Amino acid sequence: MTMLGDRQQLSYIASQAADARLNLELETEGMTLNIGPQHPATHGTLRIIARLDGEQVVWAEPACGYMHRGYEKLTEVRTFPQVTTLVNRIDWLGSFANEVPFILAAEKLMGVEAPTRAQYIRTILFELSRIANVSLFLGDLGVQLGAITPVFLAFRDREYVLNLIESATGGRFHPNFDRIGGLKDDLPAGWIDETRAVMKKLRSFCDQIEDLLFGNEIFQSRTRGIGVIPRDVALQYGLSGANLRASGVDWDLRRDQTLPMVWDKADWKVWTHPDGDSFARCWVRLQETRESTKIVDQLLGAIPSGPVMAKVPKIIKVPEGEAWVSTENPLGEMGYYVVSRGDLGPFRVKIRSASFNNISITPWLLRGVYVPDIVTILASLYFILGDIDR
Amino acid sequence: MPPKSPNGEVRQLSSSSETTTPVVDLEREQMLEAIELSLGDAFVDSHLKPGDDLWIRVRTDSWLGSVQKLRDHHSFDYFGFLSAIDWMPSPYGRGEDDPTEPAPVRDTTIRSGYAGGDTRMQVFIRLVNSKTHLGITVKVDVADSSPSVESLITIFAGANWHERETHEMFGIDFVGHNDLRNMYLPVDFEGHPLRKDFPLLARMVKPWPGIVDVEPLPGGDEEDSAEVKASAQSKDSDAS
Repeated sequence: MTMLGDRQQLSYIASQAADARLNLELETEGMTLNIGPQHPATHGTLRIIARLDGEQVVWAEPACGYMHRGYEKLTEVRTFPQVTTLVNRIDWLGSFANEVPFILAAEKLMGVEAPTRAQYIRTILFELSRIANVSLFLGDLGVQLGAITPVFLAFRDREYVLNLIESATGGRFHPNFDRIGGLKDDLPAGWIDETRAVMKKLRSFCDQIEDLLFGNEIFQSRTRGIGVIPRDVALQYGLSGANLRASGVDWDLRRDQTLPMVWDKADWKVWTHPDGDSFARCWVRLQETRESTKIVDQLLGAIPSGPVMAKVPKIIKVPEGEAWVSTENPLGEMGYYVVSRGDLGPFRVKIRSASFNNISITPWLLRGVYVPDIVTILASLYFILGDIDR
Repeated sequence: MPPKSPNGEVRQLSSSSETTTPVVDLEREQMLEAIELSLGDAFVDSHLKPGDDLWIRVRTDSWLGSVQKLRDHHSFDYFGFLSAIDWMPSPYGRGEDDPTEPAPVRDTTIRSGYAGGDTRMQVFIRLVNSKTHLGITVKVDVADSSPSVESLITIFAGANWHERETHEMFGIDFVGHNDLRNMYLPVDFEGHPLRKDFPLLARMVKPWPGIVDVEPLPGGDEEDSAEVKASAQSKDSDAS
């Protein structure tokens, strides 16, 4: 029984009534939210169709194909050296790293190995493209979550790395520098000292980003516990790279397989994180960038002298066979399954790109999350559209 | 021309198959033996490249069961990719034919790759053991008349998109996959682009420029463009 004079009781009843009325009025109908194809969070043209119940995602599905260029078909009418021009454009932020596994697969079929000097330069350029790629991710991450400053720092510091890549290869984004049997050219004079200076700058960039973003309370509350991928799910979806390591799988293709590259000549660490959430994925990438600068620094001091090109015939015919080579690219495992028939060009090339697998988990991962977290999760999975659609 | 080392000689590199690759690969041989034993009848053929990779082929009717065994008994718990190969050489060659001449007749005899094969198309997957980091390529034949194979989505959820892509590009049906929508192409697209008998339309519409040296200018016929070229050359020589 309520006493009319009891103000506390009255306000309680009023609030209950208001809640009941609100619930009646706001009984939510499902709604379909279309994100993209043109959206800053999508690094290209990915479209996400999300079915919402209130603020929660009931069902979400990415729609790909806005950038499908049919590279697998195109490789069948190209010669082996021409294919690098195509694969450059798969993950356009870390182009040099795309060329390497294809060239290694062709070299494996031919039984050729690049000279040691070429292997060192390859590895250094590979890591530089990782730094260029991931530093943009670190800046972009801030923008996705509402912090504007990091992206300016990232674009400024990435430019130093792109300048290095340009001065060595001639191309900022599409180097097309790797050749079957070695490299197109040797390093320009003074490049090594310049690179050392840039690596120092990039390390301080990492420190800055760590202070600005990773220590930020808002950043932490928006990423911790969001989009958790358990270890076994990550494995059966074929996630790779930092996404896999953030789920606690200690696996890095640079360390765990033998390739004619020289990562084993440097002293570095593979970082993992047990949480599997968005924060873990971002954190692992930050640590990886630091490790990459260390690898570059160490390898710069150890480049042996010698030729950068092995003896290969002018017209390259690759012997019959099948080969699979994958490397730890900035976005994850990137591999080529090359089938040759002893011809000038490949018979079939299956391009296994990292983002395709990494993004195929989103229908599973986005179920039940809140709308703002969609952007966080997509940003933390980190994909490049060219790498999904190929 | 490879750059020379300071002492003037070009270093000859030994091929990797001679020196770096061990002749015996005990780890993979044991793995293959164990797989052969546990798959039993389902196991058809294998190919082992020591120090490099392992290929096996399984029977079509036990595709799902074989992959399940590989995951559960042999710890191949990491799903790399799934795709297909069309082993028939393309009747269009490399798309460099001159459209004004009759199309040359090409040999389209089907010849399979490692671990053999009896059909024109094969589905293959890449699985990796996440502890030992050893990988395996598993192939399976798909019938020519009605290319279909069991879907793997119950074993590896990640196979979902790969099967959709393979369905779209090769026209292979995956039994048990109820969402084989196109990923890339329009809904009403006809044909399966990665099949070898699907021509690369860009090369059909416009011939590969490698065939002719000079393309005729737009709007002018062959003679006009030849004249333009000749006059341009004479101008060049005048200037020099």
